[in-house]
Amino acid sequence: MNISEKGFEAIKDLLYKMADDQLIIGHRNSEWTGLGPVLEEDIAFSSMAQDKLGHSQALYDVLSQMGEGDPDTIAFMRNAEQFHCCHLVEYPIGEYEFSLMRHFFFDNAELLRFEMLADSSFEPLSFIAKKIKGEIKYHSMHADIWISQLGSASEESKIRMQNALNETFPLALGVFEKGIFEDVLKSEGIFEGEDVLKERWMSAVSQIIEKAGLKLPEVNSITPSLGGRRGKHTEYLQPLLDEMTEVFRIDPSAEW
Amino acid sequence: MKIQSLDPRITRSEIELEKPFDEAKELDQWQTYEVFHQTKRGQQHQHVGCVHAPNAEMALLFAKEVYGRRGLCVNLWVAKSSNIFATDYEDADIFECEEVKTYRDPGYYKVMDRIKAFKEKQQSI
Repeated sequence: MNISEKGFEAIKDLLYKMADDQLIIGHRNSEWTGLGPVLEEDIAFSSMAQDKLGHSQALYDVLSQMGEGDPDTIAFMRNAEQFHCCHLVEYPIGEYEFSLMRHFFFDNAELLRFEMLADSSFEPLSFIAKKIKGEIKYHSMHADIWISQLGSASEESKIRMQNALNETFPLALGVFEKGIFEDVLKSEGIFEGEDVLKERWMSAVSQIIEKAGLKLPEVNSITPSLGGRRGKHTEYLQPLLDEMTEVFRIDPSAEW
Repeated sequence: MKIQSLDPRITRSEIELEKPFDEAKELDQWQTYEVFHQTKRGQQHQHVGCVHAPNAEMALLFAKEVYGRRGLCVNLWVAKSSNIFATDYEDADIFECEEVKTYRDPGYYKVMDRIKAFKEKQQSI
């Protein structure tokens, strides 16, 4: 299937939001490195954070090949308003249950999104989707097991997990905010769309949450945290970018 | 006074210098699981180390990242360390082997043949 000029604009928009999500959550999760709750979990969580940066790089590479400039420049030289990430990934790491719940909601969406993209008419994207399948499978497995473990471990863990769930759920719904090219993505066979993804995600996460003994709020009663896909971000993104790019900006032309 | 660190994460945590850490509690660690990995289907699993975990499922989860993430692994086993039976180091003498009885070792004849042949060759030069 041939992709139109508008289709390529739509692909860029899709790539930006995916890559920015990966970069920002990767950076956030790496903030646990050395501070994780137990050694083994510290290693696992850090390793997954590194995977996320790798995924963002693979997507920025595609953007770069489409004429969007050098991957490092795209990643490190933009302001918050130029980012397309959702609010979920921007929030500070909080207590561990917050980071775990975010990881759970986010990676289940990633798993399904990349599953859908494996059939994309845009070959570079379907290639990446197939290549990183195993890594994302582990990420969601890691999240699912932790959720079911802590959902029933003790009274305290249960309360903490339920509070974290209530706090993250409106943010998680923001993952599925549509871009301006949603219809083009669907009609050109690039991506089946956020609605389909959200429906599959709801069915996946609600099963695990129920099994863990936790409760999902009524979706219709929740106002999703929207705006991230169109450059409207939380107060937390710009300070993160300042910190993340501090060294790079000293000398953007330096060879690493 | 709060800790000012080069690591912004530490500074952000606003840790008081006067009483920086909670008092250490008695150890309440998870049990350990021994980890065995397999590098190729059909080959025997080999012991690679251990992980702390509350159950076997999480032990496998941790073992994957700690021991299986550099490729070369197709399968993992974990077993509770407490389920491993071992000999006593006090009895290590049961493994001692008398020099004269090395002819009972499987490799003895083959190796000795080669050494003898090598020596003879050296002498004849």
